[in-house]
Amino acid sequence: MEMIELNIDNKVVSVEKGTTILKAAHKVGIDIPTLCHMELHNMNIENKPGSCRVCVVEVDGRRNLAPACVTEVAAGMVVNTHTARVLNARKTIVELLISDHPYDCLVCAKSGNCELQSIAHKFGIRRIHFKGEKSTYRRDTSPSIIRDVDKCIMCRRCEMMCNEVQTVGALSAVNRGFISVVAPAFEMDLEHSPCTYCGQCVSVCPTGALTEVDSTNKVLLALMDKSKTVVVQTAPSVRAALGEEFGLPAGTLVTGKMVAALRSMGFKYVFDTDFAADLTIMEEGTELLGRLKAQLAGESNAKLPILTSCCPGWVNFMEHNFPDLLHIPSTAKSPQQMFGAIAKSYFADQIGVKRQDMVVVSVMPCLAKKYECQRDEFKVDGNPDVDFSMTTRELADFIKQSNIDFLNLPDEDFDNPLGESTGAGVIFGNTGGVIEAACRTAYELYTGKKLDVIEFESLRGIEGIRSAKLDFDGLTLNIGIAHGLSNARKLLDEVRAGKSKYHAIEIMACTGGCIAGGGQPYHHGNSEILRRRRDAIYTEDEGKTIRKSHENPYILKLYKDFLGQPCGHKSHELLHTVYYDKSKDEVTIHHD
Amino acid sequence: MVPKLICDDDMVDIYTPTTSDKDSLKVTIKLSVEKINTINRICASFGNNPEELINVLHETQNTLGYLPAEVQEIIAHNLKISAAQVYGVVTFYSYFTMVPRGDYPISVCMGTACYVRGAEKILEELKKELKIGIGETTPDQRFSISCLRCVGACGLAPVLMVGEKVYGRVAPDDVRKILEEYKNDNDEEYKCQQL
Ligand code: SF4
Ligand code: SF4
Ligand code: SF4
Ligand code: FES
Repeated sequence: MEMIELNIDNKVVSVEKGTTILKAAHKVGIDIPTLCHMELHNMNIENKPGSCRVCVVEVDGRRNLAPACVTEVAAGMVVNTHTARVLNARKTIVELLISDHPYDCLVCAKSGNCELQSIAHKFGIRRIHFKGEKSTYRRDTSPSIIRDVDKCIMCRRCEMMCNEVQTVGALSAVNRGFISVVAPAFEMDLEHSPCTYCGQCVSVCPTGALTEVDSTNKVLLALMDKSKTVVVQTAPSVRAALGEEFGLPAGTLVTGKMVAALRSMGFKYVFDTDFAADLTIMEEGTELLGRLKAQLAGESNAKLPILTSCCPGWVNFMEHNFPDLLHIPSTAKSPQQMFGAIAKSYFADQIGVKRQDMVVVSVMPCLAKKYECQRDEFKVDGNPDVDFSMTTRELADFIKQSNIDFLNLPDEDFDNPLGESTGAGVIFGNTGGVIEAACRTAYELYTGKKLDVIEFESLRGIEGIRSAKLDFDGLTLNIGIAHGLSNARKLLDEVRAGKSKYHAIEIMACTGGCIAGGGQPYHHGNSEILRRRRDAIYTEDEGKTIRKSHENPYILKLYKDFLGQPCGHKSHELLHTVYYDKSKDEVTIHHD
Repeated sequence: MVPKLICDDDMVDIYTPTTSDKDSLKVTIKLSVEKINTINRICASFGNNPEELINVLHETQNTLGYLPAEVQEIIAHNLKISAAQVYGVVTFYSYFTMVPRGDYPISVCMGTACYVRGAEKILEELKKELKIGIGETTPDQRFSISCLRCVGACGLAPVLMVGEKVYGRVAPDDVRKILEEYKNDNDEEYKCQQL
């Protein structure tokens, strides 16, 4: 590899040919400010349209300032990143951006986390010298996401996420000049587009243009209502990220503090979605074995590969893009919905509370769950199994509003019976985790033997598509894993073409899995944060005494007292679902 | 209402995006099987190659006259790209239109010379007379308004064209007179449809 030597701020740097000035500067500890540029290292995700020009630097011998994020280094280049001319230009650029931006910071959902705001702060912008018309656009509210395009700075990160990483194609830059916006086809609302509500656009938007629908006030009202019993469930990934919002280093597990905070906020029962994850494994694992045995018995209609179904973003994607394959995913509901169904039947009966008097709140790393809990098939007489789904970010804000000294809370334990979980439930948050949890159970049920080593290292990792062969006592099981919907699409295209070699495939919509979900604390392009959350999840698993779903005593009791058999009659009624062809919802082609 | 087109990037100040609710955005025009086949043929002639999108759109507009949403969706489907991306390109180039042009398409030159000499006032007058905006067509399909970059008749600025016919040194007062020329044939029919 050809190396190139150049000089940045009087430091000599040697980098590979083709490196940008931005990355070369980073190598010697010089941080050039950026806005449109974003890169998640090791994850193949980069946005560099070179459009905002906040990153301009002065290059000796060049007349114009150069945008560092897209300008490649050259031998002997002399770069200055903070001359008076550069600072002045950056200020002007930011002022121009703000001149067409609402001054909403005091009431903006993104305040404190907005990259435009922090750059304005950093550059000491105190006055906008440009007066002009501001572009205005209608606000678009969907079940999960709010688009407030007036706050869009056209960095096009969302477009990159939606098209390249997710291959959903819900968003594109449309129109030109002053009136250009990022929008769905024909400027329809997101709700009428193929959007999956994965929220990956929200997680990278630098401003308040894309945010989640906030349920905090509805939850607050439920907590104030004395006639309601409010139950909360928290997803595996939340405990690995919530601490970041309180200044703790990424990857700090705050399970106990989170439980204590929720209890003191007035939730009557603090439960764990991990319990429902264990339940998912019982159902999904049984389903996998059933289909496998059918195939081994030579049944021609054996539906393999089986696809995991616990990610509602992925389910939406499938319903929109692969309506011909709706028979192959597992019919098991997501853990969020399994929890709701059990809470409002089994548990409500146990404590003698009527369904209408129970409110189930979920705390999720996810925006698709907001949509999911509103789906009609998850309601009984109009009453949803899960009433409100909040994100990790919303919970953090709610804790702060509640004036709770989070960092000094003593650790507390989840309530029982729906709070007991195993390590298998915990690892649902990472890519590869669901299938690993399923294999821990399926192996023991199938072979009747105990696993020596519980960790399936071959299923772990961060490559977008992974595969592993597992030995089930002589039977070889081919497992596929995809995260990020572009990767899911590849595996699904294989299935469609009849070329898939897998028995089971795990799919998660978000790159990295739920730890990088659209509702998690903003990573601001720092993939190290995601790696630490991932490690934290595996640490939590290691620390559990029980690490296999079928050994969770409360799960066993639930089957004994209430459900009967996994995939039995009652399970089918409460824990399984059906999928719908949604491709028609977006297409408007009519024939005469 | 179908989203409007912008006429030119340096003329942004004459365009105000309108707020539309989602129902009015729903597309109702239907396509005949024949038209769908035509579009499929055009896409196929470019190998259904997504990189040929602009050429496909160009050819389709030449054949059908305009590019409504359904047409864009079929093209997106054939070229295996998202409808949003196709719409992005259609709205980026002022050449493409999503509404059928009128029988008498009116173009106002917005080149520098015409602009300086009051093309904007002429445009305003036209909009007022026809009660439509840029990129729109009157309900009777008779007139449509679009903007052009310089047509090379700067000596005659400001310039207005109806179809191929060029009108030079147009004053706002002339607009009504010019329109009358085209309203006169089948005057009765025109009035009926206006009601
Ligand atoms: S939520 Fe996901 S699918 Fe929807 S627009 Fe954003 S990135 Fe695209
Ligand atoms: S909506 Fe957000 S992410 Fe998308 S282009 Fe605008 S500012 Fe960037
Ligand atoms: S991967 Fe997790 S966070 Fe992302 S959409 Fe799926 S369930 Fe939600
Ligand atoms: S960060 Fe370099 S142009 Fe936007």
